Amino acid sequence: MSSQEIPEENLPSKQETEPQHGSVVVPDDNPFADPGLPPHKHRIQDIDEKAARRSERAVAFLFTLSMLATVGFIAAFVTIPADKSIFVWPIGHISGLNFALGLTLGLALFCIGAGAVHWARTLMSDVEVADERHAIEAPAEVKAKVMADFRAGAEESQFGRRKLIRNTMFGALALVPLSGVVLLRDLGPLPEDKLRHTKWAKGKKLVNMNTHEPLRPSDVQVGSLTFAMPEGMSEHDHDFQTQIAKAALMIVRIQPEDIKDKRELEWSHEGVVAYSKICTHVGCPISLYEQQTHHVLCPCHQSTFDLSDGARVIFGPAGHALPQLRIGVNEEGYLEALGDFEEPVGPAFFERG
Amino acid sequence: MKKLSARRRHPLAAVVVLLLALAATGGLYAAFAPADKAQADETAQSLAIDEGKKLYAVGCSSCHGTGGQGSSDGPPLTGVGAAAVDFQVGTGRMPLQQQGAQAPKKKVIYTQAQIDQLAAYIASLGAGPSVPTEKQYSPKGADIAKGGELFRTNCAQCHNFTGEGGALTHGKFAPSLEGVSPKHIYEAMQTGPQNMPSFPDTTMPEKEKKEIIAYLDAVNGEKTQSPGGLKLGGLGPVSEGLFGWIFGLGSLIAVAVWVAARTAKAKKS
Repeated sequence: MSSQEIPEENLPSKQETEPQHGSVVVPDDNPFADPGLPPHKHRIQDIDEKAARRSERAVAFLFTLSMLATVGFIAAFVTIPADKSIFVWPIGHISGLNFALGLTLGLALFCIGAGAVHWARTLMSDVEVADERHAIEAPAEVKAKVMADFRAGAEESQFGRRKLIRNTMFGALALVPLSGVVLLRDLGPLPEDKLRHTKWAKGKKLVNMNTHEPLRPSDVQVGSLTFAMPEGMSEHDHDFQTQIAKAALMIVRIQPEDIKDKRELEWSHEGVVAYSKICTHVGCPISLYEQQTHHVLCPCHQSTFDLSDGARVIFGPAGHALPQLRIGVNEEGYLEALGDFEEPVGPAFFERG
Repeated sequence: MKKLSARRRHPLAAVVVLLLALAATGGLYAAFAPADKAQADETAQSLAIDEGKKLYAVGCSSCHGTGGQGSSDGPPLTGVGAAAVDFQVGTGRMPLQQQGAQAPKKKVIYTQAQIDQLAAYIASLGAGPSVPTEKQYSPKGADIAKGGELFRTNCAQCHNFTGEGGALTHGKFAPSLEGVSPKHIYEAMQTGPQNMPSFPDTTMPEKEKKEIIAYLDAVNGEKTQSPGGLKLGGLGPVSEGLFGWIFGLGSLIAVAVWVAARTAKAKKS
């Protein structure tokens, strides 16, 4: 819009003599009188045709730039190979195609936005307009028309006359939500005692998760960290993730004289101790083991356990010590479990006791 | 001969004679030395141990004890092996600048020859892992995908998914693995420096260590590319979310405020 189309009364020459635009309420004795709108002020583009033309060109330039960027986007998509890498300071090595597509699309969108904002701010009419609120209630004749239409519709559909259709429709509508209710069954069944048991059982060998070979006590050196799963489990089992989430085990070796907890020493084999890898707070896998302090840190909420003292909680929100697996050596010389964990692994639950 | 004697006072004559003499000595050595190579090696070994002992007495004994038996300031070094020395001294972690939560990586102050001598001396105190050969640690031809799996099982809990490192307790931290040489990564897994647990060959065979090194080289090496660019340290969703909230939303708000704050009117009020 150019300045020629601006309402006549907004031009400065008219404003000096005529009453100010927008002052619709005449001041009277009322102390709360509506002061009306403040006097309208002009932009340079409203007064100066040259400035208006400059703004027009600026907006047109931004839109043209957007068009060029879109053309650039298509050209980049067609010409740049997907595996081409370029160096861009300060981002570093980056896929050339991604960079070109992002830059051109970003520029195209930004220029449309910037052009529209500039257009609205400098050229579109910025005259203040007051608009009275209308009544919320509809007029009486509109209401009467709606009611009449509704009654006519009910009559024509024969809803009241054909009771069979009406009743079966009610039945259908009432039954449909049952599908959703039935799906709630998937929230169950209750876990029963699944939370208290893992795949570990008496005589199950400790299998190294790296090599998938059973472990011997001599494999586990002081200061080393090894992860194990129960023998007979395979990563291809359909329930592997469910089971390993409870059965995951970390194995460390501590000099027997450094083990402070009596039960821990009893349940270990020559200083080889096996603890659940699942944090007792909210069940994160926990294996940030510091071999000099024997502390294990949970990366989620910084619960810290002392593996040389029965995996006692020494810091953080965890409620109880990590469960220890009682281990021994079978006649072939492999490490084996002497039973399942005595207490549930992982986070607490209502019925845990 | 006349010509040669005429040039004996030439300024470069001395240099020529020196070069000839050196070439002759070198040639003679090459011709005769291999005969008693074994003996020379043994002598070289004991020489290295002697030299290493001297270096140890000056640089290490104040904390680790005069015979590597350890003290209240440093752990005993019997049985740590040459690999541990090569890692600790070769990455500048030792000698320690000051006691603290953990020895940080810093400028290496010994030459590789001196480090080898120190390693030879420490290895002579008790059997331990030796310095790996290039054949052991070179990631060439190793299975990168398997390495990624092993890294996520054994290493990612502390060192983050692509080896960017992370925090531990009481000021300790798992360092970033960016730019660490394959040899030093291998030695660290083998020996378990400081609070890092070790991953000996009995639980993580040589082949698997190689695969882990190959994975790190692929995701965090010199030639690793980040197709999306601007990986923000690769630390994960927290830093990326923070960046998005602060800079992304922040700049949107700033632009909106700027657009509204600048009046378009001809006369500023």
